[in-house]
Amino acid sequence: MGKTVVLVEDEPNIIEAISFILSRDGWTVHTHSNGDTAMATLEVRAPNLILLDVMLPGRSGFDILSDIRGHAVLAQTPVMMLTARGQTKDRERAMELGASRFMTKPFSNSEVLDAVRELATS
Amino acid sequence: MATRTLAGSRIRERRIAQGLKQADLAADVGISPSYLNLIEHNRRRIGGKLLRAMALRLEVEPALLAEGAEQEVIARLGNVAARLGEEIGVAESTAFAGRFPGWANLMIRAARRIDELERNVETLTDRLTHDPHLAATLHEVLSTVTSIRSTASILQDTREIEPEWRDRFHRNINEDSARLAERAQALVGFLDGAGDAQSEVSSPQEEVAGFLSAFDWHFPALEEARVDAAEGYLRGAAQLKSSSAQAIAGRYLACYAKDAEDMPLEAFRGAIGEHGPEPLRLAAEFDQDLASVMRRLATLPEHGFGLVVCDASGTMLYRKPADGFPIPRFGAMCPLWPLFQALSRPMMPLAQRVAQPGRGGTSENVFETYAIAQAVLSTDYGYEPLLEATMLIAPMTAETGTQGARLIGASCRICPREGCAARREPSIVSSRL
Repeated sequence: MGKTVVLVEDEPNIIEAISFILSRDGWTVHTHSNGDTAMATLEVRAPNLILLDVMLPGRSGFDILSDIRGHAVLAQTPVMMLTARGQTKDRERAMELGASRFMTKPFSNSEVLDAVRELATS
Repeated sequence: MATRTLAGSRIRERRIAQGLKQADLAADVGISPSYLNLIEHNRRRIGGKLLRAMALRLEVEPALLAEGAEQEVIARLGNVAARLGEEIGVAESTAFAGRFPGWANLMIRAARRIDELERNVETLTDRLTHDPHLAATLHEVLSTVTSIRSTASILQDTREIEPEWRDRFHRNINEDSARLAERAQALVGFLDGAGDAQSEVSSPQEEVAGFLSAFDWHFPALEEARVDAAEGYLRGAAQLKSSSAQAIAGRYLACYAKDAEDMPLEAFRGAIGEHGPEPLRLAAEFDQDLASVMRRLATLPEHGFGLVVCDASGTMLYRKPADGFPIPRFGAMCPLWPLFQALSRPMMPLAQRVAQPGRGGTSENVFETYAIAQAVLSTDYGYEPLLEATMLIAPMTAETGTQGARLIGASCRICPREGCAARREPSIVSSRL
């Protein structure tokens, strides 16, 4: 059984592009685009890796990350934050909350793939 | 008396140096040769409009001709040097200003320009941080760029791609490029006035601020009570794009016209010449409320007064900055401004000397402020009156010390004062250059 990733992102075309490249890399990709209901999807899917946008409709990626780290099942799951906000304070906040990686938009496909592969083997 | 003597003599020296005849200079500034002769021989005082006209014709800063100008120029030169981390003694500055008045003037103007540009940078930084519309637009632009980059990379790098996926990605790129163009245009429009901190960009209040700034807050046709003067200004105002801004500007001009009628320009200037620009005294003389007098004072370009008006929530309704007293367009103001204290003491006139940090935190700009909170007329019985606070900002000369002055700032984000009890957030500026 292959590894699974949940991508929480609200831009539909980014979802399609990342889903495509991760699928080609052997991942089973599940997507979700709403901050308020993201945790329910994550609990059901219990993925090996989570890609999480910071600015989402409803709850922010930071709020969701905080819940993930306090969750009995998901707490140890690697989380890569995706954001257009590259400010130091956002990066620091993500790391304080327990993010595994912090990637700033606009990123390239190879950067995403490299980071995902690295997190999968860590 | 010594400085008066210098002022008259300086005009004479400057005129002769420029090869101007006394009669020619007198004609250019609209006075008789005999009157100019009296001035040049220090038998008549010179100031205000005439001084400015004379300075313009002689191509020098009014301060260089005015009484005590040498001390001011020397002090300003000292400030310029201090800003750049140099220590230049008074004797050296005095010699420089005396020998090269033109260069001294140029240095001061250059430093002032640097101040303006730095204020613009601070304003824009403040704006980038606080403006939610700008932050959201930038986020959308970056997300769209990410999508295009990722999709284009897939099309370029994937050797075998199913036709339906290829079609879908082409469509996505097409959609994203259209969105990007739209968002980039919105962003450019939003930032278009970035070079001018006073220019309008989004809200009706800012459109009005840009309009008033373009006229330096002074409307000669209204002073002369010309028929349809206000309509003329509004018709030709490129800054007033929205109907809301037109309406706000219309109300402002109507208020201006009434103030000009109640306090006619020549009489008002005459009273200032006699008593000085002291609001309470002028209010008594013209039988006007204090806020109206402060509003009127701020329309006189020769004094460079700033004016701010806010409602009971602290929201700015009107802002005219004074040189060295920035008024942020975004984010909350410094709570130490007497304007806000006035709100808690309705109808009590307040006078308070304040100091704003100068550029680089190495000097202080001192101002005399006058503030009052007055009730806005109720339109019905039994309702609590709404309050509006008005504060006049009168720049003081460079020699004015900070003794007795309340140390204030513009807003926390761009204020270098450390250890301020009123600080709400860390500053982005260091205390020194």
